[in-house]
Amino acid sequence: MRQKTKTLLWLQAGSCGGCTMALLDQFSRDITGGGITILWHPSLSEQTGTEVLDILNAVVDGRTELDFLCIEGAVLHGPNGTGLFNRFAGTGKTMLDWVRILAPLAHYVVAVGTCAAYGGIVAGEGDATSATGVQFSDAILGGALEKSFRSKSGLPVVNVAGCAPHPGWITESLMALAADQITANDIDSLGRPKFFADHLAHHGCSRNEFYEFKASAEQLSNRGCLMEHLGCKATQAVGDCNDRGWNGDGSCTKGGYPCVACTSPGFENTHGYLNTPKIGGIPVGLPLDMPKAWFVALAALSKSATPKRVRINAAADHVVLPPKNHRDGAE
Amino acid sequence: MTRVLVGPFNRVEGDLEVALEVEGGIVTDAEVSTSLYRGFEQILKGRVPLDALVIAPRICGICSVSQSMAAAAALRDLMGITPAANGVLCAKIAHAAENLADHLTHFYLFFMPDFARDAYQRRAWFGDVQSRFKAIDGKAMEPVLSARSQLMQIMGLLAGKWPHSLAFQPGGTTQGLDMGGRVRLANILSSFRRFLETTVLGTDLPTFLSISSRRELDGYAGTNSDFACFIRVAQDLGLDQTGEFSGPFLSYGAYDGLFAAGVSGDAATSLDMTVITEDVSHAWMSGNTLEPSQGETQPDAFKEGAYSWAKAPRLNGQSAEVGALARQIIAKDPLLIDLVGPSKKSSVFARIVARMVELAKVVMAAQDWAQQIELKQPFCVPSVPLPDGLGIGLVEAARGSLGHWMVVRDGKIQRYQIIAPTTWNFSPRDGGGQLGPLEQALNGLDVGALGAKSPMVQHVVRSFDPCMVCTAH
Repeated sequence: MRQKTKTLLWLQAGSCGGCTMALLDQFSRDITGGGITILWHPSLSEQTGTEVLDILNAVVDGRTELDFLCIEGAVLHGPNGTGLFNRFAGTGKTMLDWVRILAPLAHYVVAVGTCAAYGGIVAGEGDATSATGVQFSDAILGGALEKSFRSKSGLPVVNVAGCAPHPGWITESLMALAADQITANDIDSLGRPKFFADHLAHHGCSRNEFYEFKASAEQLSNRGCLMEHLGCKATQAVGDCNDRGWNGDGSCTKGGYPCVACTSPGFENTHGYLNTPKIGGIPVGLPLDMPKAWFVALAALSKSATPKRVRINAAADHVVLPPKNHRDGAE
Repeated sequence: MTRVLVGPFNRVEGDLEVALEVEGGIVTDAEVSTSLYRGFEQILKGRVPLDALVIAPRICGICSVSQSMAAAAALRDLMGITPAANGVLCAKIAHAAENLADHLTHFYLFFMPDFARDAYQRRAWFGDVQSRFKAIDGKAMEPVLSARSQLMQIMGLLAGKWPHSLAFQPGGTTQGLDMGGRVRLANILSSFRRFLETTVLGTDLPTFLSISSRRELDGYAGTNSDFACFIRVAQDLGLDQTGEFSGPFLSYGAYDGLFAAGVSGDAATSLDMTVITEDVSHAWMSGNTLEPSQGETQPDAFKEGAYSWAKAPRLNGQSAEVGALARQIIAKDPLLIDLVGPSKKSSVFARIVARMVELAKVVMAAQDWAQQIELKQPFCVPSVPLPDGLGIGLVEAARGSLGHWMVVRDGKIQRYQIIAPTTWNFSPRDGGGQLGPLEQALNGLDVGALGAKSPMVQHVVRSFDPCMVCTAH
């Protein structure tokens, strides 16, 4: 019989701390108010130094049951497999050691953020620290933990991808897991919970009308679609980013800059985030499940049908030409 | 004499290890070790320069906007463009929101919970402090996080999201604002101001900012507010004479002239007269002392005599303290000048007071900036092709001076060097044996019978509001 309140241990590996900062946005409502007991969290808990070692040892000895092991940040294997780029201070061990010690003891292991999921920015070209995700290295299974790893629940590591993830992705994943609602069928092939990963960042984009007409922004801060010229990957990147509000009602594309596909493995190695690579004037990265010829044909058609209002507003940073009122008559 | 290793050191944004030697209840030596190195300076090499706007903010999740602003400033320096006025205003407001949130988070989540430790059970103030500030369970947690969350809606309005936004460009910001947006911005700021006035400070901001001496601050200590509660604790524990560092203090200047740039101390008073170098004698790095424009980053985890991943930045050869207190001393704030006294010694107390003064000053300034946004004017001018050369971006993050030095050759980043605030404050020794600011502040600390377990160690370390992820990056 498992405990009623779930215990959570959160460790920061090769991280920027940004996932925790995102979490704080909904922490009180969803975590402490939601029946999860924090065994220790580096940014929040009182315990420090040897007090933390006591908590860790109690988990290792089996005196404390561990429901959630949350890892934030990439796991650094370097130099030469020692993990010394990331010692867990005062413990005499590296974070690589601790992830491997604690993961098998946890009911669920949750990789919070794209670094912990796949390596992320920290695993960027150059291999500075031999960084990987907790169970993936880029899109390949097998990271700090074996590809066959399963936590006590039988699930592999659950990857709450995103850089940083939406706070709701973190808290809703934890709450759904706490209620044993996430099964192997509820995560995608890259370990991401489907409730956010079965959507595209493009869905619900406020630039929708500009996308329909391929009325494109020519420079940053323009209102038009960011896909044709400015590198936006929202039609290829997973996440219900534009179905939710970020920090109120924001989102990347609402904010006037392109989606960089931060929920995807390998997003760290794009060269030229702010430019759309093209061949013969046609963007290389088209929607994944649409025949290219159709896309090109439809784009040409919709461009030729673009209303003047949409075309002009696309290249401005505020509305220049408003929609006509009904009683002004049809355009 | 006993040598004790203190770590993991939490509530510092990242992780930290401190080695202390204690003799007769007094700290006689300290070594401050940054335990994480991620290699951003290596990752940035060879990239398209504008891609620094995606990569550099991810150095730090708590001061992401500062990192963005420093990268954008370095690019702008190279491009030689003038940013759109609206973009400058919106970037300042978003930067202010991050810095205000940082100061608030530091006080309530990182710093105050140490006074709710059982070690203080016998103090008269313990009951109040424990009920209000206990880590995770304290009554202040929920209203503070709620106020923080509402404040950060500024990011949704001006920068898409936080942390890690691409809205901050060399030419301005990418998100235009309409009239409704400007009203929402003003509402968020006034709501946060009310929270400061009712809960944090217990008085209206102009009255709070009229406090200009230690004597007046003592008078304010009777106020019913969270900050006044801290002052009473600080008086009881003598925090004004704890964790001292004798300067110099450095600030690159904040918010486009709101807080002046400069150096305070014996060496020089103008930033132009200073030489910044990074020493690697006690870092797990090979190489020599270099200016950041020439800097190299070559990790060597097995280097003899090294104890930190952080290099040791020096200002004209001296360790220097950065942060809100340094900024306010250089901005000639009368209260902080009075608190550090003629000997110009920083302390745990003065560092905390300086953040509160900034909370009040910056929210008022941001309210003014919001009204200056011209809705029909541009928010961003386009970037231009980058020439070869060196671009320098200097900004003030919440925790102090942040510099990016970017060298571009043939359209690629050839060198990228970063000196973050906590690289200054928590630097290791240099080749001349000079300790870093925290090491000096811990030296001589009275820890009594508790030794390294004394909460005083916690107060001194956290009074700097360290960001360890930034430190070695």
